[in-house]
Amino acid sequence: MTLETVLLVAAALIAVGVYGALSQQVVVMVMMGLELMINGVILAGGGLWWFLAPDPSGQVLLLVVIAAMTVEMAMGFAVATLLHRQAGHDMTDMAAELHG
Amino acid sequence: MNAVLVDVGFWLCAVVSVVAGALVFYVDSMARATYALAVSFVAVGAALLLMGQAYMGVIVILMMVMEMAVMAVYMVMFMGMNPALMPMSMVHSHRSSIAAGVGTFLLLGAGAVLVPWPTRRGAPTADVTAALGEAIMESHMIVMIAMGPVMVVTIVAGVVLSSHRTRYDRLGDDLDRRPADEPQSGGVGR
Repeated sequence: MTLETVLLVAAALIAVGVYGALSQQVVVMVMMGLELMINGVILAGGGLWWFLAPDPSGQVLLLVVIAAMTVEMAMGFAVATLLHRQAGHDMTDMAAELHG
Repeated sequence: MNAVLVDVGFWLCAVVSVVAGALVFYVDSMARATYALAVSFVAVGAALLLMGQAYMGVIVILMMVMEMAVMAVYMVMFMGMNPALMPMSMVHSHRSSIAAGVGTFLLLGAGAVLVPWPTRRGAPTADVTAALGEAIMESHMIVMIAMGPVMVVTIVAGVVLSSHRTRYDRLGDDLDRRPADEPQSGGVGR
């Protein structure tokens, strides 16, 4: 376990998340892609903390990342609920009101 | 802890997290996808535990298992299908998405391998969790102070966005519509 390997694994997680967020049509699956990207960010942050500067400030930053993920999930679920309730949409391609 | 054991544990976590992450977009049903994502998060939480971050590792595992349980319930509620049984392949821009994913990995991977990372500065304290607790209650308290309102705003916004009918639907934007717009009129003579 070195910093490079931890960051490579994090890069793989972020890459899979990018693929999912771009390719999936169901709103919840898009959110799963975003989650996977944040998963990679958490791993990379933890790795950088452990291998470079193990003082508490880095842990506080990780806490902020996890809080951001919570906010993203809560807002994502709320918007998906709103979409479903207003128009019966559960696919990103159906929610195209703002499509220029 | 024995360095070899840590290495083996880390690679196990690494393989499980990436394979489970890929399975999220490969398996046939959303319920399975949800659990694959939960497994991926648990593996990352375990990797954090291996890197001496007991609190963060445990918090990631607990939060994500709960979050994925909520997600599974959500999908059963709203997705208009039996999520445990329906095969599905609902993708668009498949090739360009794969290209974007591979490109992201190559870019980030090149950065991870090629950057001359500095050597470690300092050593972790004996009790990392206690040090974190002291940090967020003393020197980094501003982070917690900022995070509290953000969480409250999230709760309020989530309720507002997802409520079916609120007083603004009944009484108008200025709350001055009389009689209120009710789906079922009430009172005498209805």
